[in-house]
Amino acid sequence: MIPAQFDYVAPTSVEEALSVLAQHGDEAKVIAGGQSLLPVLRMRLNAPEIVVDLGRIDALRGVRDDGDAIVIGAMTTHNDVLHDPLVREHAFVVTKAVAQLADPQVRHRGTFGGAVSHADPAGDLGAPSLALDAEFVIAGRSGTRTVAADDFFVDLFATAIEEGEILTEVRIPKRSGWGAHYEKFVRVAHQWPIVAVAAAVHVEGGTIREARVGLTNMGSTPLRARSVESALVGQPATDEAVRAAAATAAEGTNPPSDLNGDADYRRHLVTVLTRRAVLAAAGA
Amino acid sequence: MTVTEDRQSEATGQTAKEVGRDRRRKEDQRLITGRTRWTDNITLPGMLHIAMVRSPYAHARITHLDTSEAKAATNVVAVLTGQDVKEEQGSLPNAWPIKADQVAPDHPSVAVDRVSFAGEIVAVVIARSAAEARDAAELVDVDYEELPAALDLREAAAADADQGVLAHPELGTNKSAYWSFDSAEAGTGSSVDNAIAAARADGVVVEREYRQQRLIPAFMEPRSVVVDPTGEQLTVWSATQIPHILRFLFAAVLGISESKLRVIAPDVGGGFGGKLQITPEEFITILSARRLGKPVKYTETRSESLMAAHHGRDQWQKITVSATKDGTVTGLKLDLIADLGAYVAIMGGGVPVLGAFIANAIYKFPAYQFNVQTVLTNKTWVDAYRGAGRPEVTFAVERIMDELADELGMDPLELRRKNWITKDEFPFTTVTGLTYDTGDYEAATAKATEMFGYDELRAEQKRRREAKDPVQLGIGISTFTEMCGLAPSRVLGTLNYGAGGWESASVRMLPTGKVEVLTGSTPHGQGHETAWSQIVADRLGVAYEDVEVLHGDTAIAHKGMDTYGSRSLTVGGEALVLAADKVIEKARPIAAHLLEASVDDLEFTGGRFNVKGTDKGLAIGEVALATFAAHNLPDGVEPTLDSDATYDPIDFSYPHGTHLCAMEVDTETGGLTMRKYVCVDDIGTIVNPLIVEGQVHGGLVQGIAQALWEEAVHDDAGTLVSASFVDYLVPTAADTISFETANTVSPSTTNTLGTKGVGEAGAIASTPAVVNAVVDALRPFGVNDVRMPCTPERVWKAIHARDGAESGGAPTEGAAAPHFDEQDTADRTAGGTDGSVL
Repeated sequence: MIPAQFDYVAPTSVEEALSVLAQHGDEAKVIAGGQSLLPVLRMRLNAPEIVVDLGRIDALRGVRDDGDAIVIGAMTTHNDVLHDPLVREHAFVVTKAVAQLADPQVRHRGTFGGAVSHADPAGDLGAPSLALDAEFVIAGRSGTRTVAADDFFVDLFATAIEEGEILTEVRIPKRSGWGAHYEKFVRVAHQWPIVAVAAAVHVEGGTIREARVGLTNMGSTPLRARSVESALVGQPATDEAVRAAAATAAEGTNPPSDLNGDADYRRHLVTVLTRRAVLAAAGA
Repeated sequence: MTVTEDRQSEATGQTAKEVGRDRRRKEDQRLITGRTRWTDNITLPGMLHIAMVRSPYAHARITHLDTSEAKAATNVVAVLTGQDVKEEQGSLPNAWPIKADQVAPDHPSVAVDRVSFAGEIVAVVIARSAAEARDAAELVDVDYEELPAALDLREAAAADADQGVLAHPELGTNKSAYWSFDSAEAGTGSSVDNAIAAARADGVVVEREYRQQRLIPAFMEPRSVVVDPTGEQLTVWSATQIPHILRFLFAAVLGISESKLRVIAPDVGGGFGGKLQITPEEFITILSARRLGKPVKYTETRSESLMAAHHGRDQWQKITVSATKDGTVTGLKLDLIADLGAYVAIMGGGVPVLGAFIANAIYKFPAYQFNVQTVLTNKTWVDAYRGAGRPEVTFAVERIMDELADELGMDPLELRRKNWITKDEFPFTTVTGLTYDTGDYEAATAKATEMFGYDELRAEQKRRREAKDPVQLGIGISTFTEMCGLAPSRVLGTLNYGAGGWESASVRMLPTGKVEVLTGSTPHGQGHETAWSQIVADRLGVAYEDVEVLHGDTAIAHKGMDTYGSRSLTVGGEALVLAADKVIEKARPIAAHLLEASVDDLEFTGGRFNVKGTDKGLAIGEVALATFAAHNLPDGVEPTLDSDATYDPIDFSYPHGTHLCAMEVDTETGGLTMRKYVCVDDIGTIVNPLIVEGQVHGGLVQGIAQALWEEAVHDDAGTLVSASFVDYLVPTAADTISFETANTVSPSTTNTLGTKGVGEAGAIASTPAVVNAVVDALRPFGVNDVRMPCTPERVWKAIHARDGAESGGAPTEGAAAPHFDEQDTADRTAGGTDGSVL
């Protein structure tokens, strides 16, 4: 379908982009890779006056090493993230998640920053961000601020990004001694995950010292499975122990019901996927 | 076959026979790159564009419709409502009223005062650009008064004027037609009721209910139509499978002289039956162009396509099979309710009947009955979708053969062997009265089981069951047949179908020796240009590259019945052979004259007329040149060398095959992973193995998609929920495995080439093979069905339906609880007391 008419601007710097956003307020919509916004516009579910395209801001593209963290520029495409050696080395769970995200066409257009800013609870990047303790750098006219992953996802399609701000980069701390895995469950390869689980665990001498578990599509935002995390600490990385801890994965979740499964099924599925993700992360 | 090999043969001249060669398709480069005439690519000077306003409600009265704001919008030329066109638009035609008393509502192109499904057109906006038309469509103000909607086909069948909901209250019923076949009445077999009664007393009776979910054809190219009025002449381009049928029907409905209508199906991107339709959108574009005197285009959006282009399948099936305790089937009975949607589409009412004659499949069942009640509901209309009637019944019979095998404790392959028509019994007249000309079920099955490693997989299945492996293995079988080559015109006449089933072809020898072929069969992805060239190259002994195939334009190939029902090659290919042979026969006396030889002394081989026993001869191209110059022709011979032929098939063709599927089921999640898929199809003579393999692969994926992924789902208000590809799961290559395909060849005896048709085989055979595999994996859990599509949720709930603990007790909608309660099942499964049964 043809979108309603809108103005279009493609600034070349973050400052310029912020200035355009300040000028147009809530009549402006930011477009990154367009993989979510374009369908919304074409189906006329939204009709912004102006679309601000971040695609020409080179500073927002690419992955760099920043000492104790790697930094993924918000406009880095999924495909570039997928093939980035720094991501592979320090955030392999992101590599795994991106490898399964939608399809090759989407991965070549869609961006890391665009996907997390859209904050679809079924998006593949929220749970890994939670499991990796990522930080989100947000620029506004008064400067930049950094938000922890736990505080970034606020509600359905809502993040800590305020009107007039844009996400510029995502910082993922380097850690040693941790393993991580993304376990995704779909019916066809290109669909949103029915449920997915990102697990990161720190195992020493066969014992789980620390664990972070992020859940995809189990509520209005990506969620931490905190009861699983605490139940895992001090446990051996065995099927039996992990199975017992994973049994609580659905606690505090509020999963949707749709054509792919009702909430009860998702509450069951998340326990199986959590067990598998944690065991794989632990190398067990 | 590689490109290099192709080139070598070109260099060495025409020695290789074309039929049977893996020719890459001539048409693919332009189709794949899109640098071709798709209808939406056509732009004409001064062309106007249409946007439709569609009803969001399944059933509603239009109480207020204000187009003034839209009419005033920038560059809007006109806005039409149902009131504006109600005299002119007539009713969309139904070409196949299966019974004389069939009930069918009037079908206006633009709804006049009531809408009957969500997606029905209520206003038409015509503007100078597509964007302006769409903008103005948003300004059309429509108020509706919602009416109760008839949505469930069984409830619709039970409703009448006094109770329940009627899709069209003025009709007083939702029942459109009731059609039956009974072998005892027809004299083609014995009484099924007697067979079932006898088996209840001493034997086995299995009865099941199955649901053929509603599917969406989801062709790649959305529907598009362009109409150019020039003087009294109307040229219509449409993304359609049926330009010839459309020309006739446009003329009939609109009262336009057929001679003033030219219909063109340019390159068309897929159909699967979904473009075997005459649509409101086509009529609206014609009416708009006539009114405004300018070219007009309408191209649907994907959302409109999913909602308003006709859907497929959607049947409720009750199937009963009776057998002796040793597994000899004694009778088969099918009771169907078929949802036609809101209107009776062009073939809609007849689609279930196409299944009636092959529901007995490859088996020697002595007694048979088929009953179908078609019903109207407030959903999108339903019509042909790949296989059209045959996949539905094949699913039911192949599923129940597995159920019967389970009841009897027999291997499902063994049960099939016991009941199928053996090789030496062909030609075999079945219980429906059809005569299968050829087939070799033993050979196809032997080859398939060997490729599959049937015994090894059964052994692995046993190990997994014994070990209570969380990943269980299921093996599914489908030994299908179908009737293709639609159809002998006399047979269509007896079924009250509105047209014939013949096909036409013309061969024109050009003065340079090149050949133009016209075909009335209309490709939309099948590769006619390649296959037809191969046939003509062999027949006339000319180079493959020298043959050009023209199609899809009523001004070029003016006669035709178009493409559907795996008919193109078996019917259109035969017409082509006849046309080529006519050219040879016309050329023969001319060649004799030029060679100063007797006709009897000429032989035609390798494209040359040779005088026997001499080195004298003429190539057919040389004869063509001589007929063009016409300087020296025998007396009474007309200049030029060409021919027309029209072929009416003498019978259907009956491809068959054995399909085997191995499926791993993750019992913890319900997740399904296909492990192996083997099919051995017998489609008679193969013209182009590469095209055949493509057809089989595509068909398999579509059939597997019905088993596992696709379903058109409506909510309680009748709104299509699976209204985009986010929710309507069309698989991609990433979701399939490498299929292992092979063929056995039992040439058809009803046509010269020996072909049987392959367009629908994969889609017909694979669905039951896959569901049988899923159910087979779950048998240890007491499961005997999973409703399609077999989602992981349904599979998981089926596994846990009986333990109550993990699933929270009661099975939910869609779960695979047995269709009958235990007592009922026991009652219907008589004879199960000797330990070998149940």
